[in-house]
Amino acid sequence: MSDRVAIIGTGITRFGIHKEASGLELAAQAARAALEDAGLDWGDVQVAAGGSMSAGSADSTVSQLGLTGLPFVNVFNGCATGGASLTTATAMIRAGQADVALVVGYDKHPAGAFDLDPATWGLGAWYGEAGLMVAPQYFAMKIRRYMHDHGISDDTLARVAAKAHRNGALTPTAWRQQPVSEEDVLGSRLVCPPLTQLMFCSPGAGAVALVLASADRVPASRTPVWLRSVAFRTRRYGSFEPFSPSVPLEQTASVSANAAQAAFAEAGVGPQDVDVAQVQDTESGAEVIHLAETGLCADGDQERMLADGETEIGGHLPVNTDGGCIANGEPVGASGLRQIREIVLQLSGTAGPRQVPNSPKVGFTHVFGAPGVSACAVLTR
Amino acid sequence: MLRQTDDGPRLIGSRCPSCKAIAFPAQQACSRCGARDVEQELLDRRGALWTWTVQTFPPKAPYRGGGDDFSPFGVGYIELPGQLRVESRLTEHRPDRLRIGMPMELTTIPLPGGESEGLETFAFAPVEDAE
Repeated sequence: MSDRVAIIGTGITRFGIHKEASGLELAAQAARAALEDAGLDWGDVQVAAGGSMSAGSADSTVSQLGLTGLPFVNVFNGCATGGASLTTATAMIRAGQADVALVVGYDKHPAGAFDLDPATWGLGAWYGEAGLMVAPQYFAMKIRRYMHDHGISDDTLARVAAKAHRNGALTPTAWRQQPVSEEDVLGSRLVCPPLTQLMFCSPGAGAVALVLASADRVPASRTPVWLRSVAFRTRRYGSFEPFSPSVPLEQTASVSANAAQAAFAEAGVGPQDVDVAQVQDTESGAEVIHLAETGLCADGDQERMLADGETEIGGHLPVNTDGGCIANGEPVGASGLRQIREIVLQLSGTAGPRQVPNSPKVGFTHVFGAPGVSACAVLTR
Repeated sequence: MLRQTDDGPRLIGSRCPSCKAIAFPAQQACSRCGARDVEQELLDRRGALWTWTVQTFPPKAPYRGGGDDFSPFGVGYIELPGQLRVESRLTEHRPDRLRIGMPMELTTIPLPGGESEGLETFAFAPVEDAE
């Protein structure tokens, strides 16, 4: 009996503004596209898991896909929802509850910063009344300290954003389709210094679905992409996470570091083996920091890596080849699965104009969200 | 969250008698070890700015200081030696006046949107003169 899990189909909608379709309709669209890609029908799916922050319960998609009575677990873990959904469905297959699973993540957020209730995170109303319940503040403060500690410049932040928009222009489903220059990025409106408007992702709409299968359900005609590991973690004491009224002096490894280490250990590969990666790029600084937290580089290396183009599609370690959250927007429930899908395309050689050359074999994804949750996955072909 | 003392306002944190972890605001249970018998402890009034940013656009509700009356404000973490790093509004919002490491001191400010009710919140201000 094998506990190997493969991804045998993916589906995606356009990301960005959807005036007409509801979040649930987007989810159903993505699910149908994934099933078609896998060569299966909805009736073949035995378990499902999925989630959204702002667009209802994922299990409501059954009324559009067909009331087959399957177990459908709703998952919500902030921006890590996609990774948490994948963890759930994978565990169900490995537990022998199913051979074929669907994972779906979707969202439809209004424009502007997220509207967050302190009580959701166990904080008193005082936190919001004082004006602290604003996610961009955390990202700005974290990158400012990181820049101070490790010699990262504003130019590096601009390079990340310019890369994202450049890669978005090669991604038909991305929201941001226009390249921008580093000057454009630095000159755009200041949001929370040092971060400018073009360095940030924007909440938006979109959906992604994956079809997972146990090893003996993979069609003989396919060379599947294997999900070698997926690791989901919450924060430990001493890590610097969003919406923290205080942080201990003794800083420990972040939740992203914990999840990445676990994913690599379970897969039996190391960061040096990764050929193509997706790391959470809520804004430019997050991409920079997460490269180091996941072990893909050492602290401070990012300055040289971005200047030398190492994380471009043709570089030594391509990162966020589809433009990441910056170019696709952030429909919270979908992003983690968008990352997985992009790696599947890259490992399958079907990424078209943004295909990483030289047949990448090992892919890695990292998603992160409030109040300090992360999920990482290793995929191989 | 705040207590007025002879030295001025002090933030009320909590310390765990079991593992010694200190937190703000005062907690019901220790987030490091889970112990329930945490005790209140006053935080120091002075520290160094560990990191900072500026809130340039009005936060959404429950923030009441939005709309036409909105003024940008600084936000940062202040490292209180031997205790912890506390998140706070800052009395300074101009980026060229803020730098990591600068000495800061606790104060109180009117709560934006709550001035007519006499509501206040805590903030840290740059220490203009070294002691």
